[in-house]
Amino acid sequence: MNRVTYSLNYRKPRNQYNQNDELMICLRYFYKAFPKSKGKIIKKSTGIKCMLSDWNVNWHKQSDRSPIKSTAKDFLKKNKLLKSKVRNFKIYLSKLNTSPSSFSKSFLCSNVPVGPLANKWTKHKNNIRLVSPANKRSIDVIVVGTGLAGGSASATLAELGYNVKSFCFQDSPRRAHSIAAQGGINAAKNYQGDGDSVYRLFYDTVKGGDYRSRESNVYRLAEVSANIIDQCVAQGVPFAREYGGLLDNRSFGGVLVSRTFYAKGQTGQQLLLGAYSAMNRQIARGKIKMYNRHEMLDLVKVDGKARGIITRNLINGKLERHSAHAVVIASGGYGNLFFLSTNAMGSNVSATWKIHKKGAFFANPCFTQIHPTCIPVSGDYQSKLTLMSESLRNDGRIWVPKNLMDAKAIREGKKKPTDLAENERDYYLERRYPAFGNLVPRDVASRAAKERCDAGFGVNKTGEAVYLDFEAAIIRYGSEKVLLKGLDKNNLDLVKDLGREVIKSKYGNLFQMYEKIVDENPYHTPMMIYPAVHYTMGGVWVDYNLMTTIPGCFAIGEANFSDHGANRLGASALMQGLADGYFILPYTIGNYLADDIRTGQISTDLPEFEIAEESVRKKIESLLENNGSKTVDHFHKILGKIIWNKCGMSRNEKNLNEAIIEIQKLRKDFYNDIFVPGTNDSFNEPLAKALRVADFLELGELFAKDALERKESCGGHFREEYQTPEGEAMRDDKDFTFVSAWEYKGYPSKAKLHKEKLSYNNVELKTRSYK
Amino acid sequence: MKLILKIWRQENANSVGKIVSYEIDEISPDMSFLEMLDVLNEELMLKGIDPIAFDHDCREGICGSCSMFINGQAHGPDRYITTCQLHMRKFKDGDTIYIEPFRAKTFPVIKDLVVDRTAFDRIQHAGGYISVNTSGNTQDANTIPIEKANADQAFDAATCIGCGACVATCKNSSAMLYVSAKVSQFALLPQGKVEATDRVINMVKQMDEEGFGNCTNTGACEIECPKAISLDNIARMNRELVKAKFKK
Repeated sequence: MNRVTYSLNYRKPRNQYNQNDELMICLRYFYKAFPKSKGKIIKKSTGIKCMLSDWNVNWHKQSDRSPIKSTAKDFLKKNKLLKSKVRNFKIYLSKLNTSPSSFSKSFLCSNVPVGPLANKWTKHKNNIRLVSPANKRSIDVIVVGTGLAGGSASATLAELGYNVKSFCFQDSPRRAHSIAAQGGINAAKNYQGDGDSVYRLFYDTVKGGDYRSRESNVYRLAEVSANIIDQCVAQGVPFAREYGGLLDNRSFGGVLVSRTFYAKGQTGQQLLLGAYSAMNRQIARGKIKMYNRHEMLDLVKVDGKARGIITRNLINGKLERHSAHAVVIASGGYGNLFFLSTNAMGSNVSATWKIHKKGAFFANPCFTQIHPTCIPVSGDYQSKLTLMSESLRNDGRIWVPKNLMDAKAIREGKKKPTDLAENERDYYLERRYPAFGNLVPRDVASRAAKERCDAGFGVNKTGEAVYLDFEAAIIRYGSEKVLLKGLDKNNLDLVKDLGREVIKSKYGNLFQMYEKIVDENPYHTPMMIYPAVHYTMGGVWVDYNLMTTIPGCFAIGEANFSDHGANRLGASALMQGLADGYFILPYTIGNYLADDIRTGQISTDLPEFEIAEESVRKKIESLLENNGSKTVDHFHKILGKIIWNKCGMSRNEKNLNEAIIEIQKLRKDFYNDIFVPGTNDSFNEPLAKALRVADFLELGELFAKDALERKESCGGHFREEYQTPEGEAMRDDKDFTFVSAWEYKGYPSKAKLHKEKLSYNNVELKTRSYK
Repeated sequence: MKLILKIWRQENANSVGKIVSYEIDEISPDMSFLEMLDVLNEELMLKGIDPIAFDHDCREGICGSCSMFINGQAHGPDRYITTCQLHMRKFKDGDTIYIEPFRAKTFPVIKDLVVDRTAFDRIQHAGGYISVNTSGNTQDANTIPIEKANADQAFDAATCIGCGACVATCKNSSAMLYVSAKVSQFALLPQGKVEATDRVINMVKQMDEEGFGNCTNTGACEIECPKAISLDNIARMNRELVKAKFKK
């Protein structure tokens, strides 16, 4: 139906023509976006004429599909010309259909409901449009990614009755990188009776985010947080419990209450397996169709709306078209931009970058979280970094030697950390921030570690590590146990042994992990840690309904920007992923889909799909045919170094400008000199990686550009030009209380900045102080 | 360190595979095993040889992607780790290392060291869940107190990462440890008791249909399991199964 066809341009009834008459050939496109919409015809003249006797009426039934018979003069040349006209016509059509018509009028309207903060979500839910169960059965939704956000969204949408297609690049949805989250999940349950409340969780999150997040979204997050715990317990997630059988809590950085629920150091795993089990239930019912080892390589827009995606099957390279009435992106963050990060090897920006290139604005790309407690880098071959959960800061004390001589001796292996007496150690966090001590937020802790190491106090071979010491906690817990058991409290060895048991029960798997990697026993010698990239607060811009600037395209979880501002508090990522997936998106997506109940199935034969697939195919072919001399990791490593050194924990104008130029050059080199082995039709990991790194090379430039434009220091974004004499971050609320949302304009350098003003009516904008 | 690597190469599921020998030099003992393979792959690619395909993702021992049989042991010669957590300090200069995929009829090879473990997912589809809607309108989490010992055991069972080392190690290619971990997790919790009968019957049925073998109590799976999932779970599953058969 929706195909380009050739036709002759008859200007009078057909029987009035002679066989010798020449007629103009034109192209016709019968355009009917959806089965039930009214069709229209788009015609275009080709400027080529044909004699009626030479016209092949059955051209579409022949293999070469040539409309002019071989009896005509120049028939080969003309047929060839006609085919090129068809190609141009299709490109013209694609532009016609994907031009932003519906959203151009209201850029960056965040659609936050009016009314008092505490009632917004309830009121919004009451006024939102619903889709009837019968109609949900005829609506398809695509979900890209199966982590906490994507997995929980797939399960809930399927349960509501939509037909869900889920995609992940791993071999099973259970392997999404949410699984590696360790410490815990926040919820305003106030089970500990220590003064927690929805407002306090909201306030802590806004403050922790350094006042750069959207008030209404954060409040909603805090509001639904308690529900997440109920939901997960009902699903059989084995959270840690006390002896009375009730749920246990611990505290995390940047807050003064214990609101974090946990399952040893494997909270992310347990929550993800909970979401995975909810998905399995729907897969068994046939409501979710699961596509493992599929990577999304483009978004397809029809009439300006997101209507499908192009994927590549990673086993056989086959490009596939998938259509739906809405597309949900839950593909996580872009920390792998830095090459070395705590993200999984496969984590990438491609899905979010593709929708950015199709019209979704990218918000605050420079807001990246550098996590203070990771295992330090050991050598050039290193492929990734490992996080040591923030929960360790509950019991661990961070220090470096007080004297430069001692630091030097330790670096050279002449002294051991345990040789240093208490007064020879500098517990710099406790010294600088007495109120919060070792539990200051992540950005503050990371910068403080960098400051000490830059000043020469680093404690490993590379000089980039500080100690995280459990000695005090071991003795504290041990003394408690000794008292409980009525044993000799002066026997220090016994106290320590019992203390180590308590530590083991709390953090056993983390200590084991550390020992396997570093080959040192952290029960007996302090751990060495250093900051590393961990999470990206920036992401796709979304409104209150979690919809991007492309109608019908939603972004949830780490992939969007909305809840964490310029810095995320610990144990909030799991909370946001599940809140978006289980409780928010399933409501708000209905508001959009209510318009689609009459649309019917969307055909993947639409030219929009054909064009998108073709462009993906061309990109793959060009990479495979390039035959350069460098592998993809070569470029990824250089990119990571540029970003880490010049756009990392502290940034300045000169470095950022240099980074932009270096990345532009690197991108050019990449396309000139990349070598991708193998073919498209096989399991080809270097090819998949090259496609991902190509997108990182574009994002990297926007990242630096965003950091350059934000002339203030806030949260994870520290500009050296804007700091107090004591070296603390200096925010500029007058000029920068906004979200930077970038619109793609052909190149990252040409991206256009849109600002979403942030207003705070329920909290007072203050300088963060953890002193 | 200088090493000789004997690696299983197989183009795709239908082709015949073979062991190919590679030499590699200047390996640091602090490298992880997969980083050593990264180095090898970079060398191979520059020589125009197809790099070795292997599954890996999180590289911190939790996603369960990596699946290598190293010198005859699932995940190599160390205990309670996955391949990505294995470090080269476990090997000596001049060692010869054999690297094969996880082998089982139910895990067909996709390429080289990459195998298809979707059979594991299908077993979960058969009942690895509690049928509760995700609407959030459930009761308060603390209305169901759970005895700490049971909660802890349920957690220990739930730490299974689904890597398949148990199947690859078992002489019968049995998936009992994997299936019993999920059955145990739910059998130990009050929330899971409601559906316990159907769950164990359906999951075991699916396991048999996929072609996994039976358990003969050798215990190799428990030794090779990176998460130390206990053999007790198999006993518990058998008990649940007998109980269920009587009920049905």
